Amino acid sequence: MMRTENISKFYDEKAVVEGVSVDIPKGKITSFIGSNGAGKSTLLSIMSRLIKQSDGKVYLDGMPITDIEDSELAKRVSILKQSSHINIRLTVRELVSFGRFPYSGGRLTQEDEDIVSRAIGYMDLTESENKYIDTLSGGQRQRAFIAMIIAQDTDCILLDEPLNNLDMKHSVQIMKTLRRLTDELGKTVVLVIHDINFASCYSDYIAALKDGKLAGFGKVEQMIESGILKDIFGMEFDVREMNGSRICLYYT
Amino acid sequence: MKFIVLLAVVILLGCWSLFIGYTEISVSDIFTMSDRQSLVMVASRIPRLAAVIIAGASMSICGVIMQQMSHNRFVSLTTAGTMDAAALGIMLSMLIFPDGGTYQRLSVSLGVTLLASAVFMTMAERIKFKNLVFVPLLGIIFGNILDSVTTFIGLQFNVVHSMASWLHGDFSSVMQGRYEIMYVSIPLLAAAYIYADRFTLMGMGKSFAVNLGMNYNTMFRLGLVIVSCVTAVIVLTVGMIPFVGLIVPNIISILYGDNLRKTLPLTALSGAAFLLVCDILGRTLMAPYEISVSVMVGIIGGAIFLYLILGRRVNAG
Repeated sequence: MMRTENISKFYDEKAVVEGVSVDIPKGKITSFIGSNGAGKSTLLSIMSRLIKQSDGKVYLDGMPITDIEDSELAKRVSILKQSSHINIRLTVRELVSFGRFPYSGGRLTQEDEDIVSRAIGYMDLTESENKYIDTLSGGQRQRAFIAMIIAQDTDCILLDEPLNNLDMKHSVQIMKTLRRLTDELGKTVVLVIHDINFASCYSDYIAALKDGKLAGFGKVEQMIESGILKDIFGMEFDVREMNGSRICLYYT
Repeated sequence: MKFIVLLAVVILLGCWSLFIGYTEISVSDIFTMSDRQSLVMVASRIPRLAAVIIAGASMSICGVIMQQMSHNRFVSLTTAGTMDAAALGIMLSMLIFPDGGTYQRLSVSLGVTLLASAVFMTMAERIKFKNLVFVPLLGIIFGNILDSVTTFIGLQFNVVHSMASWLHGDFSSVMQGRYEIMYVSIPLLAAAYIYADRFTLMGMGKSFAVNLGMNYNTMFRLGLVIVSCVTAVIVLTVGMIPFVGLIVPNIISILYGDNLRKTLPLTALSGAAFLLVCDILGRTLMAPYEISVSVMVGIIGGAIFLYLILGRRVNAG
């Protein structure tokens, strides 16, 4: 699946990401966690060729992504960045239809239309498909963007803080959808996430970054552990097992 | 449907504009025109109509493209200094080729316009402070700087006066044999339509476009070329016309959204219709005298623009 090898990114002399090698497990959800400025988003952007790394390589199924054509890569890896600033007026359906752009340019076939309809249905947006996205609530808009990613139908889906600005209900909804994408459709999902408990409850694997370096990688059970978390975030965590999930208490 | 209605409006306005002017020609004369009437029709009225339609449509489309490229609704030919750059180019061409023909003028003007719009659009893209008003304000400042350079050079060579009358947007000087270069815009607009989806994607931002496999930088350059060519051609033939590329795209966006494959034809037709209305009004209000189209557009467009800003009808994002 996706693998990074010794990725580094320097801005001027400062290293934002330094020597990160991580092998993303196929068909699983992997969450990048870490403090602000730890390099999570930068790493995700490098993995999706939005930013060029200073050093190292990203491999997709054993092939360096720089060797894959843009239009081909768009059929295999998708990335959704934080999109709250987008102020373009498109309807939900028009937006989701753009997910088919790598396949058919702007001219959708009947098959594309069916895929678009299914993606919209999957995100429960069929009723609002003709509404403009700038009239939607934050949660609906985020769902619309994810529907576009679903229509793009890539094996690997990268999401940069998909829960940003969402309330609890919508956050749970989004995370459940990501779970379904991996469990039902076999997608590989990688996300940058700040809420440690969402990461713990919904991910399969956790990759922790600290000061641009990989500070740990493993299954949730290994990583969500007070000693490790203290190392990563520099604060105390009280980790409890509840209903089969690990919940971190760190508020007081 | 909307397209057909708009097309009908443009055709009606277009026919009307053919029969306005000092030389009286009425619809009933059309098959029995005197020599003088047919000369006026062929040498002046039809070229003028073509020029108005091309200018209106292409300035509106350039406005849309610039707004997508800069992710800012208020960036346009007037608010990004593009027209001022074309004017500076024309001034320079007058100095470099005093007896130059249209193509020499155009190439110098195109060069300056390309350079200036590349500078401004790259600047707009790199700016971190993406305020809706800040970027166009910067553009206006940029345009004024270019304008001062033009005036300065003009003063040195004593050509300010002829430049001013040249650059004042006006269709009354459009004549057979002097406007044909405007047809260069048509293939450029066709290219804009062919790549409509890519320009929409561009408006969604670089990460969006790259995610979907689009070559952002290539499209950015294509956008620059289309905008610069069209602007250079228009400023060279009819002068500077404000606001069209600003208000028409905004109104279309409010009414029909930003899916350019759907809206570009509407934008083009609305731009043509808007400019035709301004031209017809300018020619009839004080007939037999004429109010130049840039004044009419300034008045009507300015009012609409104020309404758009103050009414907060534009999605500020």
